[in-house]
Amino acid sequence: MGREEVPFLPTGIGVIRNMELKQQAVAGTAESSDIMITIDPVGGDAVDISLDSSVEKAFGDRIREVIAETLKNLGVTGVKVTAVDKGALDCTVQARTIAAVYRAAGNAGEFDWKEIDAWNA
Amino acid sequence: MAINKIGREIPDAFAEQFGTYGSEFENIKPYQAAVHAVCPRKPGESKLLDSIHDAIVKTGIKDGMTISFHHHFREGDYVMNMVLDEIARMGIKDISIAPSSIANVHEPLIDHIKNGVVTHITSSGLRDKLGAAISSGIMDEPVIIRSHGGRARAIERGDIHIDVAFLGAPCCDEYGNANGFEGPSACGSLGYALMDAKYADQVVLVTDNLVPYINTKISIPQSDVDYVVKVDAIGDPKGIAKGATRFTKNPKELIIAEYAAKVMMASPYFKPGFSFQTGTGGASLAVTRFLREGMIEKDVKASFALGGITNSMVELLDEGLVGAITDVQDFDTPSGASLARNANHLEINASMYASPLSKGAMVNRLDMVILSALEIDTDFNVNVITGSDGVIRGASGGHCDAAAGSKMAIICAPLIRGRIPTVVDKVTTVVTPGSSIDVLVTEVGIAVNPARTDLIEAFRGLNVPQFTIEELRDRAYAIVGEPKPIEFGDKTVALIEYRDGTLIDAVRNC
Amino acid sequence: MMFMPGANPAMLRDAGLYGADSLMFDLEDAVSIAEKDTARALVHFALKTFDYGDTETIVRINDLNTVGKLDIDAVVRAGVDVVRLPKTETAQDVIDADEVITEVEKACGREVGSTGIFAAIESAEGVLNALSIAKASPRVRGIALGAEDYVTNLKTQRAYGDNMQLYFAREMILHAARTAGVAAVDTVYSDVDNMDGFREEVAHIKTLGFDGKSVINPRQIPVVNEVYAPTEKEIQKAKEIVWAAREAEEKGLGVISVRGKMVDKPVIMRAERTIMLAKASGLIGEEDL
Repeated sequence: MGREEVPFLPTGIGVIRNMELKQQAVAGTAESSDIMITIDPVGGDAVDISLDSSVEKAFGDRIREVIAETLKNLGVTGVKVTAVDKGALDCTVQARTIAAVYRAAGNAGEFDWKEIDAWNA
Repeated sequence: MAINKIGREIPDAFAEQFGTYGSEFENIKPYQAAVHAVCPRKPGESKLLDSIHDAIVKTGIKDGMTISFHHHFREGDYVMNMVLDEIARMGIKDISIAPSSIANVHEPLIDHIKNGVVTHITSSGLRDKLGAAISSGIMDEPVIIRSHGGRARAIERGDIHIDVAFLGAPCCDEYGNANGFEGPSACGSLGYALMDAKYADQVVLVTDNLVPYINTKISIPQSDVDYVVKVDAIGDPKGIAKGATRFTKNPKELIIAEYAAKVMMASPYFKPGFSFQTGTGGASLAVTRFLREGMIEKDVKASFALGGITNSMVELLDEGLVGAITDVQDFDTPSGASLARNANHLEINASMYASPLSKGAMVNRLDMVILSALEIDTDFNVNVITGSDGVIRGASGGHCDAAAGSKMAIICAPLIRGRIPTVVDKVTTVVTPGSSIDVLVTEVGIAVNPARTDLIEAFRGLNVPQFTIEELRDRAYAIVGEPKPIEFGDKTVALIEYRDGTLIDAVRNC
Repeated sequence: MMFMPGANPAMLRDAGLYGADSLMFDLEDAVSIAEKDTARALVHFALKTFDYGDTETIVRINDLNTVGKLDIDAVVRAGVDVVRLPKTETAQDVIDADEVITEVEKACGREVGSTGIFAAIESAEGVLNALSIAKASPRVRGIALGAEDYVTNLKTQRAYGDNMQLYFAREMILHAARTAGVAAVDTVYSDVDNMDGFREEVAHIKTLGFDGKSVINPRQIPVVNEVYAPTEKEIQKAKEIVWAAREAEEKGLGVISVRGKMVDKPVIMRAERTIMLAKASGLIGEEDL
């Protein structure tokens, strides 16, 4: 991971992370109750979400809404999201989306929890 | 649109034709049993035919007739596809099929429906691709879903009149004495096929194991059989029966099973001579195992075990914990073998198992039954036929029969499956009315039907968490969120018959 | 204490179902290097979202020299009860973690000191330092033996059924825990299909004095609860002792006797522990006292 050289900074203490998407990234698995989120930086302002869900009829709209809200909160645009869902709950969708965006932005795992927890408060 | 007594919408035309569900036993009245044609045999006549083609020619199958099959071979069945392919090849159309159930392996039915070969279906259930195709509306006439007892009733009362039954026979002689115990396609009990053999105008046995006359173990007797066809294979053993059915290691199912066994043992029915049916769902085998421990510990033996049978029940019989097994269907090899060897392991037909219009079905004598559910609502109505997406993918089975007949019907189901809640406000489709259901067991605890104040009293102090069913629904929704209601179309794709023949629900296309 | 991988959404969702006294979500060995970041996010949201009731939540973090600090930030903010430190070798390891936790508690407004530490001892050095580890911070709630790494460090492997193999380590950890006044929890039993062997080992460590056992499969939980559950006779005797002690305290009596026998402080403490175990096993409720 090469995390050794990164000084530990509890997030939210004046650290603003750059959420500019630099590369394609994936988070999550195809297992039951999980969702696999692929983030592709495409430039521009558009946010394109395509979802393939085993619970499309009951929860498809809700899952798209959670992904869209999360991206908006992260300030991410110019992105194509491909999601393959096997019945993930909202909190899992959120965790996977955030993890994928951080990976795509080159900040894998250095989550700004102060900011993130504020969305859900 | 008619509304039945439990608030389900039934299209007027069908409501008139079938009647709408009112209550469990109001239609159980004397009636005249159906009759069937008989073509007697004289000495010297042979019943052996060379091919399915010849059988179709000899029986004179023509457009508009009803033919039937049994589902004892489950996913290993070759017979239905073989017969329908030949019927299609011969250019016969507008056939009604009345198999006791339909499996994934019968997917070729989709083409036969599209080509007009099969125009009417009645079955216990429909699986994956066929269920999805039917739900999408490929048939003009809705499929009639009947429980095992309901199908027996329909045959006995003449609601289903079978012109020709094609019955796979694992062990058969040239004059039509057959059983399911031996041969490459052995399946154990032929309980569902016995109905067709007794009531069809013509009966064709299809076998891959012709034994010398006279086959001494007789489930279907020669006196009911018109023709015998020998083919290379009637089934795939791998799809017919597993080896010994395995005990679940899924911790959620184990908790459910443990709670269910505790409920059974704390009930007023757990006493010497009790009877039970545990079925074959995920938790069922484990329930039997936990029940066994309790029976030994408290020295309580059962008079009989009923239903679809697995090796866990056979173990109880062998240990003397159960006096007898009454067996309409076997789910694994050891249970079929036991039926062949054990004097107290009895093969029964579907009517004796569950028909509401027989002179007394085994379910009437049942104390406790374990059943499953895809969904259960706050009125305790149970759905075992449609998925959360509204698509037909399950089977009615003996669900409403055993629930109605037994003194205590227990539903075992996880609170949620993936993101799909099992306990809901309103089930997508009702198969069994809530008035037949007494206890719901989930991994978080149980809910007793408030109508059963006696059971609520009996379970006071039981070391299992207890909730109202509304509380369980709230817990499920709190985890997964509230599902969006399904949007159905206007076409009726399936009718759900209650066991008495009235309509308890209808399924629309989606 | 039930172990479960932090990278599995279904397990995180269902964790509360199985009757464990505490749940330990693992971000360390059960999570591959490539998924440390995603598991961290999952566990954060799981802790914030799921209702684990009264069950204690523990997260095993990675080494502070790798991503352990990011883990602490994620889980302390999400309200975890206890942070489990892997491979604790010295008191300094505990002090270092304590400092990071304090920093995060301050940053997120959580009461400083409200997050506990559980130190896993998984090496020869750790075993020899058990007492100083147990006393290194007021946050320390307990210490646990991690036998798999420990035996590897000793250049051997687990010999199930041989009670002598871990005897020294277990005794060191027990003595350290008792001296420091913290809990002592025994190692996992990896062969989940050998329930009889597991039951024997649980009985053994109960006899030694351990407060509990780590489990890796929900099926093991009922066994631990059964073995640790006191018998009816033990509960009855314990109740009488506790009642007598209360009565004596109210009346200001110095000497207590139950069933004609003198009862001294260690006996009362054992009785209280029996009552606590009986409550934990669901055998008695508050109203029974």
